[in-house]
Amino acid sequence: MYRYVLKRLAQYVPVLIGVSVIAFLLVHVLSGDPVRTMLGTGATEEQVEHVRTQLGLNAPLHVRYLSWLAGVLGGDFGRSIMSGESVSSLILTTLPRTLWLAFGAAVLSIGIGIPAGVVSAVHRYSKWDYGATLLAFGGISIPNFFLGIVLILLFAEHLAWLPSGGYVSPLADPVEGFRRLILPWIALGTALASIVMRMMRSSLLEVMNDQYIETATAKGLTRDLIRNKHAIANALIPTVTIVGLNVGYLLGGAIVIEEIFAIPGFGQLTLNAVLNRDFVVLQGVLLVTAFLFTSVNFIVDLVYAYLDPRITYE
Amino acid sequence: MTADPSITSNGESEAKHSPSEPLLSVDGLSVQFQSLDGPIEAVSDIDIRINRGETLGLVGESGSGKSVTARSILRLLDSSASLDGRIHFDDTDLLALDEAELRPIRGNRISMIFQDAGAALNPVLTVGDQVSETIRMHQDIPGEGISGVERNALTSLLRPTDWPKRFEESWARTIELFDRVGIPEPDRRAFEYPHEYSGGMRQRAMIAMALSCRPELLIADEPTTALDVTIEAGILDLIEELQAEFGTAVLFITHDMGVINEVADRVVVMYAGRIVETGPTRELFEHPKHPYTEALLDSVPTLDGTESLDPLSGNVPDPQNRPSGCPFRDRCPEANAACDGRFPPAYGVHPEDEPATVSERGSTTVPEPRRDGSDHATRCVLYGDVDVLQHEPGLSGSSTAEPEGDK
Amino acid sequence: MTTETERARRSVFGSFLRTVRRDKLALGGAVGLAGISFVAIVTPWVIGYDPSTTNLALMLQPPSMEHPLGTDRYGRDILLRIVVGARTSLFVASLGVGIATVIGVALGSISGYYEGVVGESIMRVADTVFAFPALLLALSLVAVLGQHQYNVIVAVGIVYWPIFARITRGSVLSVKQKDFVQASQSIGERDYRIIFGEILPNVTAPIIVQATISLAVAILLESALSFLGLGVPPPDPSWGRMLAESRDFMTQAPWWTIAPGMAIVVTVLSLNFVGDALRDALDPQQEDMLEDER
Repeated sequence: MYRYVLKRLAQYVPVLIGVSVIAFLLVHVLSGDPVRTMLGTGATEEQVEHVRTQLGLNAPLHVRYLSWLAGVLGGDFGRSIMSGESVSSLILTTLPRTLWLAFGAAVLSIGIGIPAGVVSAVHRYSKWDYGATLLAFGGISIPNFFLGIVLILLFAEHLAWLPSGGYVSPLADPVEGFRRLILPWIALGTALASIVMRMMRSSLLEVMNDQYIETATAKGLTRDLIRNKHAIANALIPTVTIVGLNVGYLLGGAIVIEEIFAIPGFGQLTLNAVLNRDFVVLQGVLLVTAFLFTSVNFIVDLVYAYLDPRITYE
Repeated sequence: MTADPSITSNGESEAKHSPSEPLLSVDGLSVQFQSLDGPIEAVSDIDIRINRGETLGLVGESGSGKSVTARSILRLLDSSASLDGRIHFDDTDLLALDEAELRPIRGNRISMIFQDAGAALNPVLTVGDQVSETIRMHQDIPGEGISGVERNALTSLLRPTDWPKRFEESWARTIELFDRVGIPEPDRRAFEYPHEYSGGMRQRAMIAMALSCRPELLIADEPTTALDVTIEAGILDLIEELQAEFGTAVLFITHDMGVINEVADRVVVMYAGRIVETGPTRELFEHPKHPYTEALLDSVPTLDGTESLDPLSGNVPDPQNRPSGCPFRDRCPEANAACDGRFPPAYGVHPEDEPATVSERGSTTVPEPRRDGSDHATRCVLYGDVDVLQHEPGLSGSSTAEPEGDK
Repeated sequence: MTTETERARRSVFGSFLRTVRRDKLALGGAVGLAGISFVAIVTPWVIGYDPSTTNLALMLQPPSMEHPLGTDRYGRDILLRIVVGARTSLFVASLGVGIATVIGVALGSISGYYEGVVGESIMRVADTVFAFPALLLALSLVAVLGQHQYNVIVAVGIVYWPIFARITRGSVLSVKQKDFVQASQSIGERDYRIIFGEILPNVTAPIIVQATISLAVAILLESALSFLGLGVPPPDPSWGRMLAESRDFMTQAPWWTIAPGMAIVVTVLSLNFVGDALRDALDPQQEDMLEDER
């Protein structure tokens, strides 16, 4: 296990370095002159030069990258061009809300997707299976922003059961905090739930054809025991991979969902940075998101190793 | 291990039955699979008897229907298979049982081991768990049944590795079995996963699992085919030892005549879904009657090299278009016109019987047909009725005892 | 060599047809897709007036005979804008996925064919691109490059090439072991001829499947970009932007919101049905390949 963790870490570090290079280059090279873009065409030469010096943009590229990276490693992501606030404090304020949103959506999609996939596989070709499969196709085909709007239209405007948005910390007011996030969770989690359901269904069906299931039958175990103890543990292995690969989808989706439900989270920070061309914030946001995504995948790999005892020794 | 009376309870209670009555009798078994291209008959008209404690070897090339026959006994074939005939196990009609009634028999009174033990063991459960759950499933040890923790998918994922140890009695028996089948350091290895075992050790673990409830019948489906020759010998010895110790009957399936010669008391030879010859091992090896059996024996290299090595040419016919008549006739060196029309019934034979010679039609030399309780029988026209050889195929039907054309 | 390619193509098409015949969902998807494409390509030529023409007298009209899906805030016909929007969506998505396929297949086959430093570096770059959520990367790219239809297409291409590179590399690695490739190598056949003539035809099936699925995802991505205000710029109609514009009126004029949303759902659903059928028909091992790469 220990060696496996080290091996995985060794694969992630280069990706993290690559991520930082991309975040840096995206802003500093592709955008041409970020200061001009930022200040607009009306700015005088003097103003531009002033901001350039202020941001340290006159140094050679690799020097700028290294000093930026050094700052980032020390927790200093710079200051927002728009508001002048420290990017790290902006991230620290908004990120927990988004993590809470994404976590809830992930729990929801696993909690619904896996049991639905199991039921579908066990009662293959039944009306439950057809129903769940159709719903899952719908779930991966509906854009999350459209689903969010329909949910608001239905449950907030029409039925008035739930608030249409806003954020209340679950620590301050647990009940209200929950109520406000129910619709966002559903809007964000539906697609992932559908993906998980389809993966669980197909991998369970595949596992049921494996030789050790025949062994278990020949041993006289009950169907329930064969399914719950022998089959599901094996079928979860590929499903977990799919969940890990789609965490990025949750983080990206949060941008849209937070916009619709007016949640002042990391997604809103991202969107505002993009819309305002606030490249200092955008750099930080890109880096943190990629770091999060990569780390979650690292954790998923550990779960994977827990589920599949073979992995440690390969 | 034998000190515990509850383990042996099955064996003892069954011993009251009369010894002449077979433990397992399969009569006229046919298995059909539904496929996209219509039904396929995998095996037809199979008769098998296994007595208590004996080893019956079931031999044939791949595709001959050995595995289908074996799986029919435990009803392991999927729902696309339809079974016809009778399978009686110690007065119980296995084909009449439903799932729930079969369960106390599977793994308890009849158990099975497979060719690829690596695939037959669950990769995510410890080997000890897989053995001990069988014991807990079938043996009524107070407080040690299958627990709710493993019945529930969620909790079953969160059990610690050494979890089955809490069932002291069944765990002690598991360790004892590991020791008995020759797995070193059983206390440690019981907590390991199948991928940490070598091929031979996995098969030993399978054997421990299969014999954990002292079954009356063990079905061994090519248990040594995937193993090295040196390891094979150890596994064969182990099966024989435990069989003697537990009084278990064994249905041993293999394509290897050498293995059959070593383990089997009696032999059933299958070809293309049919039984072509059956007899006591020794007699069958020394006096094979069916040309297919002869061919199989010829293809076994012997140590002194005196026997000619004469591999069979051609392949087992495709089950979807088997020829009418004897399924072997296309590859048979002795085939004649009579083989086309029908597949003959089983004729009892004696060691000294000679096949009919078909030198001149009409004046064929044919031995007296024998049906006097010999336990060596073959389904070949050369040992059958005179008329069969004297008439053109298709005209002979009226004079045969069991008219039976292949569909 | 050509016969190899043609055989591959013919069997791809043949087995897809067989699946479509068996599978009603696939049939529905294929028909839906054909319909949408037809409408998107043909209708704008047939209809005489401009979907961008505003007429405030007709604003926010509910569905009627004259305007089957109603009108928006500026009195524009919603059905017409949806039809023209289909063109934008399909154009951006297919061109973007086309770019992703070309880049991905090229880099993937190079990486698979020349293992070692070159191959590894390409895959590490792919991993890095994969480490960004698709929407975030596309948003940043459009923000940085400037909001223009072609930049949206470029963004889609950049976001999705790594998946094609992984699939191609996986296939190439396995095909490379086959005898016919080894034989060509041993007689000194040129590398590019081996790659194009013998390896790539064998990679066609999984690539076609992935392209179909990516097309569905790309339409979702394009509409999300437009919804957030960074997609295809106005005045070209776009489903995502229609939804965004309608949000303030969704209680008064729900048809304005529902119509473009359903247009996206139907299109993406059709693509997913077709993609799923294609996967069943052609490519049972694709998932395994993705896992090998992990």
